[in-house]
Amino acid sequence: MPLRHVALGFVSAVVGLFLILPTLYIVPLSFDASSTLGVPSGQWSTRWYAELFTERDWALAASNSLQVASLTTVLATALGTALALGLRAKTRIGVMVNGFALAPMIVPAVIIGVGMYGMLIWWGLGGTLLGLVIAHTVLAIPFVAVAVSSSLSQVDPDYEKAAASLGAPPWKQVTKVVLPLAAPGIAAGALFAFVTSWDEVVVSIFLANTHSRTLPVLMWTQVRTEVTPTLAALGTCLLALSTLALAAMQLLKRNK
Amino acid sequence: MTGSSTLAAPSALTLTSVGKSFHGERAVDDISLDLTPGEFLTMLGPSGSGKTTTLNLIAGFLSPDTGSITLDGKDITTIAPHRRGIGVVFQNYALFPHMSALQNVAFSLEMRGVRRKDAQRQAHEALELVQLAHLGKRLPKQLSGGQQQRVALARSFVFKPGLLLMDEPLGALDKRLREDMQLEIMRLGRELGCTIVSVTHDQEEALVMSDRIAIYRGGRIAQLGTAEDLYERPSNLFVADFMGEANRLEGRVDGTTFTGEGWSCRVPSSAPTGAVHLLVRPENTSVVSDGTSSAATGLSGQVIEAIYLGGTRKYVVRLSHGGRFEARTSARSGPDLTVGDAVRVQWKPEHAIVLPAEAS
Repeated sequence: MPLRHVALGFVSAVVGLFLILPTLYIVPLSFDASSTLGVPSGQWSTRWYAELFTERDWALAASNSLQVASLTTVLATALGTALALGLRAKTRIGVMVNGFALAPMIVPAVIIGVGMYGMLIWWGLGGTLLGLVIAHTVLAIPFVAVAVSSSLSQVDPDYEKAAASLGAPPWKQVTKVVLPLAAPGIAAGALFAFVTSWDEVVVSIFLANTHSRTLPVLMWTQVRTEVTPTLAALGTCLLALSTLALAAMQLLKRNK
Repeated sequence: MTGSSTLAAPSALTLTSVGKSFHGERAVDDISLDLTPGEFLTMLGPSGSGKTTTLNLIAGFLSPDTGSITLDGKDITTIAPHRRGIGVVFQNYALFPHMSALQNVAFSLEMRGVRRKDAQRQAHEALELVQLAHLGKRLPKQLSGGQQQRVALARSFVFKPGLLLMDEPLGALDKRLREDMQLEIMRLGRELGCTIVSVTHDQEEALVMSDRIAIYRGGRIAQLGTAEDLYERPSNLFVADFMGEANRLEGRVDGTTFTGEGWSCRVPSSAPTGAVHLLVRPENTSVVSDGTSSAATGLSGQVIEAIYLGGTRKYVVRLSHGGRFEARTSARSGPDLTVGDAVRVQWKPEHAIVLPAEAS
């Protein structure tokens, strides 16, 4: 093999390690008996996992996260898909609406957090899961809209014309023909929405109280107060889950 | 047979001064058409001449800026496409990729509230008509181009529209398949008894299939008539050129005499006078060796190409006064000339097409 290829392989390996090492580092930490995160003792223990699954705070946070993320996924997918459908005709108002809807991708999360905090208290939703769902939906809509839009742009307009010529009124043209053809984009958008909500921390910190805090918020609080390896145990669990989800998606894609 | 097999009543279609502009450009300019029920009309013309726009206006995918469209006496100009009940075959077929062939065909029936079971049966019958009943379960991508075309046809007529529109229906097929499908579409047209409007840029397809042909040019109809009208009696140079090959000579007509550069010939008394183009189709041209007794008339020249084409021979003659002339003669009964022979090209006066010269 030429030297050039060896060098390229080496650099790629180093970059890959650099990217993945911090993630993998938490796995051995989570099985270490030391009670302070980041100061390993070298002794094996599953104590932190036991703590994770017995302490009520974690269970509550996990349940909160799951509820918020699920509802956000449903809402953001529906609204983001509707937005993408509405924006296909590039009207002047549409371009403006598009700008506003995509703004959460660019506006710093801190600013959204402060704004949401004030507004949700005003609406009497401060500290509630519903408040979190609303905020996360705002953050997730642009991701859904972008994913669905790119999928819709692949759908030949002739399919709608064909459906129309066959007697389908406009809403049936959309539900029977356009949406099924844009399904991959909608699924991707839903996944983005779920992930956006699942690991959102900045805005959530402003909105959650002790009863409504989500996993990322609780993790952040724990790091601030008691730096136990329970965090590493949780991180390892989440890593395993994401890996499984990713593998499942790849499998689905291959079967298609 | 059941009630589902009753034929559609063919529709009468009328377009009155229909116009449509895109960004200030007239795509369709003052088109008027009148189709009798059961007629097969082909709109023929180069791309961008407005024929597909006309089709989209009839289907309702576009609405005209001016003029009106009536179907069976009813004004449909502003009716939404899904309420028009017009069958459409798309250029790329536009079969729904997520539905099987049978589901594609049954779609229009389900939209009309036909019970699922009946819809499936009628769709099956429609697929039988195009000889594809055995492939109903396949997805479009599992079908060949010709099979997709048949499914698209079945889908467009299963709900018994009185009018069927076809946009370059055979454009994506190879030549052999295209010829088969031309005959198939004509058979279906007769069996279904619907009025058909087809768009093509293939003049042979238009000649084979149509009762009448509308030749499009720059958003207008350059001429409307039977294939014979257009070929034998074109009303302008564009139509004459578009419908097959023609040799073209310029000159003047006074009375029944055409005068070219240093020669003249007789033309029918119906010919226009003044500055004209005189056109002669290659198959109406005969070529004789110079020096034979019948060589007193016609234009003299020299054979520069002699091509044997099976049933016919094609000669290209360079005329003495400049210009070239093509002739097609029977391979058996025509003369056997070779390159370099001095010849005269001749035609019967009634075969000359005389058109007034146009500023182009």
